[in-house]
Order: sequence, then C-alpha cells, then structure tokens
Amino acid sequence: MTLIRRLVQWFSRRPRAALSAQLAGPFGWILLIYLGSLFVLLLHAFWVKDSFTGKVEPFVWTLEAFGQVLGNPVYLTIALRTILIATLVTLTDALLALPIAYYMSRVASPRTRAILLVGITMPLWASYLVKVYAWRTILQGNGLLSWLLGPLGIDGPGLSEIWSTWLVLSYLWLPYMILPIFAGLERIPNSLLEASVDLGGSAGMTFRRVILPQLLPALAAGSIFTFSLSLGDYIVPDLVSDAKFIGNVIYDNSALGNFPVAAAFSILPVVIMLIYLLLARRAGAFESL
Amino acid sequence: MVESRLVRMILRVATAFVMAFLYLPLVVLGLYAFNESKLGAWPPTGLTLKWFGEAAANPAIQTAFINSLIAASCATLIALILGTLAALAVQRHNFFGKNAVSFLFVLPIALPGVITGIALQSTFKLFGVGLGLGTIVIAHATFCVVVAYNNIVARMRRLPRSPEEASADLGADALTTFRRITYPALRTALLSGGLLAFALSFDEVIVTLFAAGAGTKTIPVWIFNAMQRPNELPVVNVVALVLVGLSIIPVWIAQRVSGGEAARGGRY
Repeated sequence: MTLIRRLVQWFSRRPRAALSAQLAGPFGWILLIYLGSLFVLLLHAFWVKDSFTGKVEPFVWTLEAFGQVLGNPVYLTIALRTILIATLVTLTDALLALPIAYYMSRVASPRTRAILLVGITMPLWASYLVKVYAWRTILQGNGLLSWLLGPLGIDGPGLSEIWSTWLVLSYLWLPYMILPIFAGLERIPNSLLEASVDLGGSAGMTFRRVILPQLLPALAAGSIFTFSLSLGDYIVPDLVSDAKFIGNVIYDNSALGNFPVAAAFSILPVVIMLIYLLLARRAGAFESL
Repeated sequence: MVESRLVRMILRVATAFVMAFLYLPLVVLGLYAFNESKLGAWPPTGLTLKWFGEAAANPAIQTAFINSLIAASCATLIALILGTLAALAVQRHNFFGKNAVSFLFVLPIALPGVITGIALQSTFKLFGVGLGLGTIVIAHATFCVVVAYNNIVARMRRLPRSPEEASADLGADALTTFRRITYPALRTALLSGGLLAFALSFDEVIVTLFAAGAGTKTIPVWIFNAMQRPNELPVVNVVALVLVGLSIIPVWIAQRVSGGEAARGGRY
C-alpha cells in the first residue's frame, strides 16, 4: 500500500507523467490491438493466397485481391443490397421510433413513461442471437407468421427472402433509435411548441419546422447504430434469408482462409462508415450519443 | 399540451404497436421452451418441462456457459481498469490531439463487428497466436473498454472538481483523495459500465466467431451451431429463454442503483 501511495504521490506532482501513465494502457490497447490489427487487415488486401499451399504469403505485394473483388459482379450486387437494406432499416426504425418517443416524452404520465423506458431497455439487454433465433421460429415455414397469414392466402417471407433480413434487423436495432430520439425530444422546451401553435402552425407544420430540425442530432446518433450494425451484420442474413450481405462475403472468405479477398472487401464498409461518422458528427450526433 | 385529441390517440396506438412488436419474439420464445413437440411448428402441441432437464444435463452447454462467464469477467475487468484510466486522462488533462483520441474511442463500437472480427483474426493468424479463450478475451475487451469509458467519462463530466480540490487543500494525498472522493462518486458509473460490458461480452457472437477458433465455444457460439441441427432445437429454446431471463438481472440492478439510467448506458 505504501508503495502505491508513494507512486500516486509522485505522479500527482508531475501531471505530464501522470497523463502519460494514464494514457499508456487504454490507448496502447486501442492503438496496438485495434488500430494495429485494422492495419494488418489492410496489408492483407495487398497480399495473396498461394493457390498451391492455400496459405497467405505475407509481404508479397500484389493487387490480385482487388482484381478478384472488382471482377466479380456478384460482389457489387451484394454491396448495393447491403447498403440499401441498411438504409431501409434506418428509415423504418426512425418511423417506428418517432411516435413512441414522442408519446413518452410529451403525452405519457411520468409513471407510464418510466414503465415504457424500462420496457424498451429490457429487450436491448436480451441476447442478440436469442432474438434472431426467436424470429427464425416465427418466420419459418410452419411458424407463427405463416399460421397467421395462411388463412388470408398470403405467403410469409419464410427464411429465404430478403424481407426477413429487413424485418429482423429493424427489430434488433429499434431500441437504439428510440432512446436517443426520446432524449432529443426531452431537450426541446415546451414553449417552442406552444409558440408555434400560437402563431398558427398546424401540427404537421410544427413537427416539420420546429421539432424535426431540433431532433436532427438525435436522429443522426440513432442512425449510426441502425446503419452501422445493419451494414456489418452477417448472422441475420445467414440465419433468416438466402440473400448474402457484405459481412457474409468477408466471413465466408475468412473461413476458407482467403484473407486477401476478405480484407480487400472489408475496405468498403470501413470507408462507408468513416464517411457516415464524419457526416453524423457534422449533424451533432456525437453530443447525442 | 399542444397535441390534439386525435394525435394523442394515434400516438397511443402506435406506442402499443411498437411495444407489442418488441415483445412478440420474446413471448413466442417463452412458449416454445415448454413445447412438448420436437418439431418447431406453431402452435405448440403441449406443455412440458423435460427440455429444461435435458439442457441442464448437457455437458457442452455447461462448458460453454463457464467459458462465457470467464471471458465476460476477464473482459469486464480489463475494460473497467483501462476505461477509468482513459476517462481520467481525457477529463482531467488537456493535451494535444484530445479530440482525435475521443474519435478513436468511438471506432471499436461504430465500425461493424465483422471488421473487428476479421482484423483480429487475420492478425492472430499472422503472428501465430492460437485462437481460444485468450483471444476471445482480447477481442471482447477491445469493445468493452469503449463502453466502460463512455459510462465513466459521462459521469466525470458532471462531477464538480471542488470536492477533490477541498480534499487536497485539507492535506489528503492523491491516493486518499481518489479513494475517499473520486472513487465513491464514480462507483455507480463503474457498476453500470461494468454491467454493460459484462452483458455485451456474454452475448457477443459476431466478433467471437472470428476470435474463438474451432475448439472453444461460448454460449452464443454454442447456440449458433446448435441452431443448425434440428434435433437440438428444443434444448436451444430452453437455453434461449434462460438467457432472456438472466438479462433481467443487470436491468434490475441498474434500476436499483440509478433509477434505470445505468441500464441505458448512463446516457438517457
């Protein structure tokens, strides 16, 4: 104990040294392990898998992996499909989250609000895979959805169509959209809305011209989760549909030991996310995270 | 109240719809766990508890459960230590590149998990690191640090500096000040950050499949594999329901500690 005490005492008189000591662990970890391995991944994109031994040849530089990715039209389809579904999931979640967040923030009694908040938080803590699995049982050919739709003469999407992926991803990330929007609505003062109504603004106009602009940072913050988590998912597309996502290409190639192609294709979601993050930061999302 | 009666009606219906949507899969899961039939057809044919017994007696599930507990405990411990240090550095000092540093600390959760997974796996392979429980802990700690840091830094932002300064003025040394002033003020943030990190690690599958290798299974990895074997589905139903049940524990603790704020990452 005295040793620790003397150490802490020594550092407390030397703020620069204290800063370095505090930074060394966490930033060493993030820089070395996280950014370091991202860099190794990037290097892999310029290496090649030896077709004879099946092993990656490190430090033999080539653009072959990029050729394989760009030369395969299926990869382009998969990339566009992934971006489209991630966008649709984000829009769906925003549409579902706005009314419930608005209800919680402005209509519900404090007691109802507290119950709803816990109710929305609970599913967030339930296992991701368990929720996907539950949807699989609902969507499967002899499951609840077919049982409900059957008498109406409608076929459910089953476990093959892309719409199952859209539905399950929208379900999974919905709470991540509701919570920041709710927090964003709580920050809008009531007087602003009253002023808009007093000045003759209709409900729709008040929503568009007063609420929505103020909510932009919160929407951007929520959309980081819904978009990014959808963009990188490979388990949901694998388990509830036949339509592959960017993540499936990366996972399948890595399972075959084909790291160069997986690495080359990984650059796409990273670049998309970096652009998205910079745009979201501009919209003030980081203060609402 | 500026909303008209009609608007409030619509909002009420929409809220009920969203809540039903959020809980439908969990309710269905609960029913299936007691389903007598081995086939997963809807509706369930009868009620039974026999699958609970089978799940409890399954050695693969026991091993996976213990692996998950070990991985989540280690990752949480690393995350709390590193997260606290990072939060102290960012909140208590001004230094060049502070903004870049806070952007860096968003990346592991903002970039897709599949990227973290493949990056770590290709690095482990390149350096000849054997995949197993150790690599799972490293992978989990990487995003758990971010979660812990976010919780602690959010708390520190709201803490006044004056009690610490008063403590120092009254002659307490740095360690005493941390132990008696800073740590008690951070305790609930550490608890909620730790809970969140533990739960994230315990449930994680996207990065884990890359970091685990062939031999080591955590509970989610076991579920992922068992899900594709039809005759294991009744047992999967039970494990899934138990996991949903277990997730009430951290929510309950967080609710007791901070009125629920902690369960939402200390932010809402």
